[in-house]
Amino acid sequence: MNNIHSLRFFWPESVLTVAVLAMLVQDLLVRRSPRRVGLLTIGALFWLALTALATWRTPWGNFPIFGGLLVHDPLRIFFAWLFLAAALLTVVIVPRSKEISSARLGEFFALLFALLLGMYLMASAADLLLIYLSIETVSLVSYVLTGFQRGRRRANEAALKYVIYGGVASGIMLYGISILYGLFGTTRVAGEGGIGAQLADVTSRLFLAHAFGGQPAAQLALVVAVVFLLAGVGYKIAAVPFHMWSPDVYEGAPTPFTAFLSVGPKAAGFAVAIRFFFAAFERQLPGGGYAQVGDLPWPAIIGIISAISMTLGNLTAIVQSNVKRLLAYSSIAHAGYLLMGLAAASTAGVQSILIYLIIYVLMNVGAFLVVIAVSRETGGEDIKDFRGLGTRAPIAALALVIFLFSLTGIPPFAGFIGKYLIFAAVVQRGGFWNVLLAVIGVLNSAISLFYYARLIKAMYLEEAIDQRPFRVPAVYTGVLVALAVPNSFLIFYWTPLVRWAAAAFGGSPSS
Amino acid sequence: MTFLPLIGAALILCVVGLRASGLVPKAMADQIHRVIALAASSAVLVLAFVLWRGFDPDNPGVQFVQHARWITAYNIEYFVGVDGISITLIMLTALISFIATIASMPWWPGNAHLDEHHFTQRGVAGYMAMLLILQTGMMGVFVALDMFLFYVFWEVMLLPMYFLIGIWGGSRKEYAAIKFFLYTLAGSVLMLLAIIGLYFNGPQEVVDGRLVHSFNILKMAQWGRAGGYLAAPLVLGFTFVRAAWIALFIGFAIKIPMFPFHTWLPDAHVEAPTPISVILAGILLKMGIYGILRVNFAILPQATKWAAPAMATFGAINIVYAAFVCLAQKDLKRMIAYSSVSHMGFCLLGMSAFTQQGIDGAVLNLWTHGLISPMLFLIAGVIYDRAHHRNIEGFGGLAQQVPEYAGLMGLAFFASLGLPGLCGFVSEFTVFLGSLVRWQTLTILSAVSVIVTAAYYLWAIQRMMLGKLNPQYSTLPDVNWRERLTLYPLGALIIVFGFYPQAIFTLIEGSLRNLLLPLQ
Repeated sequence: MNNIHSLRFFWPESVLTVAVLAMLVQDLLVRRSPRRVGLLTIGALFWLALTALATWRTPWGNFPIFGGLLVHDPLRIFFAWLFLAAALLTVVIVPRSKEISSARLGEFFALLFALLLGMYLMASAADLLLIYLSIETVSLVSYVLTGFQRGRRRANEAALKYVIYGGVASGIMLYGISILYGLFGTTRVAGEGGIGAQLADVTSRLFLAHAFGGQPAAQLALVVAVVFLLAGVGYKIAAVPFHMWSPDVYEGAPTPFTAFLSVGPKAAGFAVAIRFFFAAFERQLPGGGYAQVGDLPWPAIIGIISAISMTLGNLTAIVQSNVKRLLAYSSIAHAGYLLMGLAAASTAGVQSILIYLIIYVLMNVGAFLVVIAVSRETGGEDIKDFRGLGTRAPIAALALVIFLFSLTGIPPFAGFIGKYLIFAAVVQRGGFWNVLLAVIGVLNSAISLFYYARLIKAMYLEEAIDQRPFRVPAVYTGVLVALAVPNSFLIFYWTPLVRWAAAAFGGSPSS
Repeated sequence: MTFLPLIGAALILCVVGLRASGLVPKAMADQIHRVIALAASSAVLVLAFVLWRGFDPDNPGVQFVQHARWITAYNIEYFVGVDGISITLIMLTALISFIATIASMPWWPGNAHLDEHHFTQRGVAGYMAMLLILQTGMMGVFVALDMFLFYVFWEVMLLPMYFLIGIWGGSRKEYAAIKFFLYTLAGSVLMLLAIIGLYFNGPQEVVDGRLVHSFNILKMAQWGRAGGYLAAPLVLGFTFVRAAWIALFIGFAIKIPMFPFHTWLPDAHVEAPTPISVILAGILLKMGIYGILRVNFAILPQATKWAAPAMATFGAINIVYAAFVCLAQKDLKRMIAYSSVSHMGFCLLGMSAFTQQGIDGAVLNLWTHGLISPMLFLIAGVIYDRAHHRNIEGFGGLAQQVPEYAGLMGLAFFASLGLPGLCGFVSEFTVFLGSLVRWQTLTILSAVSVIVTAAYYLWAIQRMMLGKLNPQYSTLPDVNWRERLTLYPLGALIIVFGFYPQAIFTLIEGSLRNLLLPLQ
């Protein structure tokens, strides 16, 4: 589809672009107003609503736009809603946080919208260059937001580490992209003449092998290129071995942004991974299922990364004493669980990822919100600061228990649904390695209980150092309840999640 | 019935709300919580009794079935019903939960030993709510006939148990609680994988025009009996049925607990408050055996046959090893905890013989041990509340001081060591009778270890009750009314079922015969 026609399907992104500028202008306009926090928040909510409206009004379809640079499909819309939900939560949380000063709130919102724009693009990019550009957009904004508290040494350190690791990862990724371009002569992933189409075509595969001096050499080049490309994606989702930045960044960044970082860009990374692998190395069958094209063992690569991420994340989390670091390692482990769904390389696998991501937003943002509420009051983020929370702030403590058990994946909490579906997808795929992966996965969720329970133990089983009850802002209590309720009661009826995921990918629920 | 305790828990939450809004003073709110819990669990007891009256023992299939769709995309159903095995355990659950709730009430007013730090005085709302949620989970496990539902209920039990041990427990409560939690969770996640495997390799049916698998336990059992699972692909080098069997069995064995997975139990039992020990020993341990019967035996009969020798061996190890460990215990509660491990071994031994007596004895043992061990723990609780320690060596000559207590203790101990005329004897004897035909050596070994059992109980009685009165305890009060309310019913039932075990046999025989058919 040509550029002019494509604009019809580009409304949300256009609105976001305007929103970035509008927030900056509004920031200048209300600079001296005593009610600037309220006004800016209302402004941000307005632009979010407008983006949501644009997303809502975008007609359904499944076709490339802008000459194949982007793809407009239900998957993209699904992720758009996910991002919007995460952004909405952040916008609601930020004004009452003490970490973002009210003088720079407008700046924060503008950057948040820029980040959102990058994530929107990540979710629909179908061209290697645009994948790279959108990932870079998200990364650059993230660096700035990580170091948002300029005065804090930890924040500066975190931002610098983030930049260095990010630079290395994107360099490696770019190298991978250049190899892919060398192999296929195109940067298009999907569509006519794209990588997927070339791999599906036997003649061009033979030609490729010939040009590279034989099948093994071509195969090796392809594997290397894909692993390199994974550096960029793995960096966004914080999967081992591209995870080193995350504990420091999670700890150093302002917590409301950490909460967003742990769900938004991670989800966007999965959007890229799902689109790339399924467009390039899988072919859709008439029945709705997928079959592999070429003989790249990408599920195996993902499976290995997944197993290492879970195990390393969980084992390292056990020894953490800072809650934000603990949650960082837990989010590395969760990247591992989510990658399991991708390693299943099936419709059911992707659907399980999508459902898990929804639930992950609900539980992880909730957990971070409690951290924000506690550090607001106690000034600390260590496990010991949570001692006696059960009596000091009963609602926040109870909510955190729900989120943590949900993260562990224990029924009746919602996290169990996601975990169950992921394990089911892997087991359904069958075979020695998949079952082994599933076994590693379930054992890991048992391990994860150990460190989540440390927090619960601190809140309920240990006496508080400081017995005074503390006040959680009403907004926070409201959000906590709004997040805890679906976490507790989704188990009774989660058909809608299944339906959304099915609509986004694959067309029908697969079992 | 399953959700009645949950309603109670919700009511407690309402009262917590009232309390928070300052409408109700704390003391009164606590009393209301207690009354709600008591009312809910007595209502459950009544309903269980009604269910039992309405149960037709001649019908070996499931009865009182409720069926509703839950998650259609994966064909998950809310499917509950009871058969002979579950009705016995539901009765037990209702009874023991009721007794545990009574035991959670504070001491009678005016008692000089009232202690502010006693578990009955702290966080009453939370405690009672947890107790009721736990009750829902336990009931749910016994009625669930959908594998997914079964798993959800199975896990729902874990959380309240963790908090009940962790918050209201003894000195090492935190360690005990997390150990219990981790052990059971590790087992149950393996179980989850096996359940998923059973689902995908199981029978298919058409729902809403789509061909889907089913979590229905009965359909799975039919499919397994017909050998449907034998065709499933290899799993990690094992045939599917064996791999699934092992994964499920480990999950259940941790709950039983079977040697070598038993190490959580002494800790959990010792640290838990008395009523929670009562529930742990009386009901939670039974779930392991119930799960093996309901899932392993029913769905994977071929693998069960294959694994029978291992089960019998582990059963015998449980019996003999735990009995010897008991001999060495100095802590009364710890001794009783290990004796539970020993007694659960009888179930494994009896089941694995695949004879009608063996398996009948095993299930009867669930029932009798479910009566005896709660009584034992209550006995231990009584002395702990008074003396604030449980060191067997630290007492002496108590029989002169507290004759009623001594008598009850004697009754419970004798029942547990298998004195004829009390119900423990019947189940042990039936188990031996059934298993002797298949496992001569193991049965003889286990039977001999009954002597060890007798030895440690008698020795404990001798050290605590007989001899010269320890002057420290010359003012020890005898059992009070709350304790009588919990101990006498159990004692009476122990005697009744010692003479009339037929009441249980009639219930379970039909269902168990069905279960055994493909195994013989």
